[in-house]
Order: sequence, then C-alpha cells, then structure tokens
Amino acid sequence: MNKKPFSVQVDLDQFIPATEEEKAYLVQMRPSSTFFKDGVKRLVKNKVAFISFLVIVVITLSAIIIPMFWPYSYETQLGVVPGRPVDSSYNNLTPFSYGRTEEEMIANGEKVFPHVFGTDAAGRDYFIRVVYGTRVSLAVGFFASVIVLVIGMIYGSISGYCGGKVDIIMMRIVDIIYSLPDMLMVILLASVLRMTLTPVIEGTVLEGIGSNIISLFIVFAVLYWVSMARLIRGQILSLREQEYVLSAQATGARGGWIIRKHLIPNCISVIIISAALQIPSAIFTESYLSFLGLGVNAPMPSLGSLAADALNGLSSYPYRLVIPAAVISLIVLGLNLFGDGLRDAFDPKLNG
Amino acid sequence: MDSKTLFYILKRLLLAVFTIWVVITVTFFVMHAVPGGPFVGEKATTPAVQAAMEAKYGLDKPLMVQYGTYLKDVVTKLDFGPSLKQRGRMVMDIIGDGMRTSAKLGVIAACSSVVVGVVLGAVAALRRNKIIDRVIMVLTTAFVSMPSFIMGSLLLALFAIKLGILPANGSTGKGLILPIITLALYPTAYITRLTRSSMLDVLGQDYIRTARAKGVSGPRIIFGHALKNSLIPVLTYFGPMLAYIVTGSLVVEQIFAVPGIGRAFVQSIINRDYPLVMGTTIILAALIIIMNLITDILYKVVDPRITLE
Repeated sequence: MNKKPFSVQVDLDQFIPATEEEKAYLVQMRPSSTFFKDGVKRLVKNKVAFISFLVIVVITLSAIIIPMFWPYSYETQLGVVPGRPVDSSYNNLTPFSYGRTEEEMIANGEKVFPHVFGTDAAGRDYFIRVVYGTRVSLAVGFFASVIVLVIGMIYGSISGYCGGKVDIIMMRIVDIIYSLPDMLMVILLASVLRMTLTPVIEGTVLEGIGSNIISLFIVFAVLYWVSMARLIRGQILSLREQEYVLSAQATGARGGWIIRKHLIPNCISVIIISAALQIPSAIFTESYLSFLGLGVNAPMPSLGSLAADALNGLSSYPYRLVIPAAVISLIVLGLNLFGDGLRDAFDPKLNG
Repeated sequence: MDSKTLFYILKRLLLAVFTIWVVITVTFFVMHAVPGGPFVGEKATTPAVQAAMEAKYGLDKPLMVQYGTYLKDVVTKLDFGPSLKQRGRMVMDIIGDGMRTSAKLGVIAACSSVVVGVVLGAVAALRRNKIIDRVIMVLTTAFVSMPSFIMGSLLLALFAIKLGILPANGSTGKGLILPIITLALYPTAYITRLTRSSMLDVLGQDYIRTARAKGVSGPRIIFGHALKNSLIPVLTYFGPMLAYIVTGSLVVEQIFAVPGIGRAFVQSIINRDYPLVMGTTIILAALIIIMNLITDILYKVVDPRITLE
C-alpha cells in the first residue's frame, strides 16, 4: 500500500476484536502480591525464624494468660496468714510438695493446686513468680523499644531531612552520647534516679510500676535512641533525594508532612526490624540491672532478679536459677533469630 | 600517613577528650542531684556534726565551686578525693587495688577469647556446612544469647557446687578460672562468628583464586593471605570487647566474689559512697573511650582500603 502524506493511514488489522485466547492473557490469574505479602511469605518459609516466632508467641501469651487463672499470686507468702504464727513449712518447698496446712487439707480429701516449681525462700509460689517475671521482662523490653523507636525516629528524621548545619549539630550530639560507655551510665543513672524518683512518684499511678522501672525507661529514653536515630537519618538522607519528595515540595507540602507521609512509610521496614532487635537488648539490660539489684522493685519479680535471688540457695535449689535462666535465654535467642528472619524477609539489602 | 589521616585522628582525639569531660560532668551533677547528702544515713549525727563533716569534705560550698575543684583535681592530679565509707582511704588507691585484679582477669579473658575465637572461626569457615561448622555455629549462637550473669551462675552451680572441681571464689590461681571462662565466653562466641563470616568473604575474593591457580599450598593461602585480611573486622571488635569485659566484670566479680574494681563499683553504689562511684565511673569510662579511639585509629591505619570520613 502506498503511503499518502495526508491520510490517517489506519491499519484495519489492529481493530479486529480480540480472540478468546488473547483475552485470556489479560485475566488476572491471582491477585498481585504486595511488598508486605512477599515478605510474610519469605518469613514463613524461613523455618528458624518461624519457629522462634511461635516460641515468642507462646511465651508471651502464657505470660499474659496464666496469671489470670492461677490460684496463687506472685506476692502472697503462703505461710503468712493474718492472726496466726508464720508457717515456715511453706518456705523453700521443692516442686510438687505441699505446706503443712495444705497437707491437712489433702488428708481431708480436698484438692490443692500443686506448686509446680515449689516455693521460694519467702514461701511464694515459684511458678507464678517466673510467669510474672517473664511478663515484667517482656513488658519492659517492649515499652523500652517503643520509647527508643519514637525518639530515634523523630530525631533521626528531622536531622536527615533538614540536613546542613542542623544535621551536623544534631549528629555531633548523637556522636557524644554514642561514645559514652552505655552500661556504666545506665548503672549510674538507674541508681541515682531510683533514689530521686521514689519520693516524687509517691501516691501517683506511677507508684504501681515502681521507681526502678521508670528510671529504666528514662535511661533508655536518654541513652539508647542514638543508634536508631543514626539508622533512620541514613535512610532519610537517601530517600529525600527521590523525585516524589521534590514534587511534594513543589506542590507546597511542609517538612513535617513530607516526613510523616512520604519518608517514614518508605523506611518503615528498616524501622520495624531494628525495633524488633531492640527488644532483646532491652530485656538483656533490664535483667542485668535486676541482677545487680537496680532492676524492678521487690516484691515484683523479673527474670533477672529471680536469677539473682536464686544465687543464695544455689547449692540446694539449683532449678530456681535454671528456670529463669532458660526462659530469658529462650526469649532473647528467639527474638534475635526472629529479628534476623524479619531482616532477611523484608530488607534483602541489609542482609550482609 | 597523609594529612587526611592526621586530621581524622585529631578529630577523634578531640571528640574523645570532650566525651570524657561530658562523663565527668554528668557523673558529678547526677551524683549531686541525689536527695539527702552522703551523711544523712549515718548513725548518731547531730546537725552540728553533719555540718562539720560537710565542711571537711567541702560539701558546704556552692555546687559550681565544688565542680571546679573536682574537675581540677581529676584532670591535673587524677585525684578523686577520699572515700566516704572506707575511712582513711583515697578513692584512687581503692581503684588501683581493684584494677590489679580486674586487669589480670580482663587481659587473660580478652587474649584467650581472641585466640580461641579466631581459631574456631577459621575452622568453621574452612569446614563450611560440615558437622563441625554446624556445631560451632549452634554453640556460639547459644552463648551470644545468654547473659553473662546467667552463664556465671550456671558455671558456679555446675563446677564449684555440683562437681566441686574448681573453687567458687578467690583472686588468684584456680579461683580465677571460672570468672575468666564466664567473661570470655561471649567475646569468644562473637569473635568466632565474626572471623567465620569475614573469612568466608575473603575466601571468595579473586586474589585467593589467583593464589590457588598459581599453585600456592593450602596452608599458605590460609595463613599468608586469607587469615590476615579476615582479621580486620576482629580488630574493630577490640573496643566493644573491652567495654563488654568491663561491664561483664561488674556481675562476674559479684558472683565469684573477686575483689576487683567491678565489685568495688557495685558495692560503692549500694553503700552510697559518692566519690568512689564517681571515680570508678570516670576511670572505667575513660578506659573504654580511649580503647575505642585506639581501635578506630588502628582500623583506619591497618586497612588502606578504608576511606576516611
């Protein structure tokens, strides 16, 4: 066919209705996979990470649920009944043995709930103390990471987004806090805050949590956010050069809006992963401080303080050390492996 | 050494000095913010006696004056003043005494964990995915996840109490074995993993393949080419390792009753011996900061491939 310069030159072959076979190409075989779904799929395939996730879930759920129906409480000294002399037969019970009054009840045909792990030196049911200690340790780890996450995110994103002099000054502050020996500062601050806070929080809601845990949170808020801030700043620095940020700026979006709506969502996977890895380190720190006697306030147990208490009766009751030790190692190991799995699944770039 | 390296070292040096100053300042003001002075808990103190005590230790002067004196004494004479609870002893003497034991403990733990860690890591890398590699990896993962105080207590329960082979405490000879093992386990496990991964990285490099192709013998490749280059990440761990050993010694010395500086620190916190708390914090912090500085500088100097920021 000759080409005529002023004609539309329609090729009629292109307007033939599609055959059934051709239509089939366009039918969506399955819904398109999102980034999140891909990540979850990779995570489930990773056996180690999946098993550690299950372990963590089981431990967390039992720490939440068991205290609800368990007949003993973590602070009741079973041998102490008002109006009667202290019954020392309840102290230091071995697993599945009973105190004197309980034995009488059993002899009378009544049912008594067993002390699965026995009792401690003050006659408190040890099983529920371990469960409660796990709950305290997990809660401290979780909230400490949330605090670190929030502060680090705000600080890091502002520093990264503003750049220039603001960034330099903000990062020098981070450098200094980063080079402080954290554990020594933690011990110093925790021991001082403990003494300072006790009169301040008296009579408020915070008293129930105890001055030690609050000082622990303050210490985390003061010292531990720096590596999170560094990480997020690095992410934001590279993200803010993207075209969509420029276009947002061109349409008049403010800095805070851009950070919230564009930058943070784009580095959310990195943030979640490092937050997940932050939890075991917080649990570690809490147990360490509890072991030195700077952790939770008595009679509230934590896994670290339980291990520390167990040292006194180590030769007669070694299981009292082994049980909290096993739980804490399981939690830390599980969270670490799960965090690694998360990183592999959601951020292949980070996998070094 | 070019001017850029010198500039970097100077910058890091300044930062280190500044950080130590921050530590001194924070420690000073934090300790003075505690309600109730150090003599409140004392038995049988009348207000007059208390005032006399405070005058003797200079606690009646304004805070900034006290701070100035303290800073001057620390910087010029390394003098942290007298201990409040151990009468007649200077803080520096107590620290010195504790340091002798702790340094012995720390140095042996550090050296043995480097040696054992590098060897195990190299073995694991060379026998990758074999049984021995798997065993090493599982064990190190377990050790890395176990807090040192739990490790120490378990070792104490097993070897000292159950089996009775080793003494549970002591500052010399056999008594130091358990504390050293406790302190060394975590760094050993960490160095093993570090060496393994960097060794695997190096073994995949072109120059190793070239050496193989040239017919260089296996051991020579490992000791002459691979090991040297894979030790650089281990070098960077020196600073953190020291920090770990210092903080680890706090609990380890507590568990095994070793009369070192870590025990002195914990005891001073419990006894509210302010000058001792401040002195130990500052000395240990300075130690860690200086070690980190040396590590960073060494790292940049040893590996010319690393660009300075």
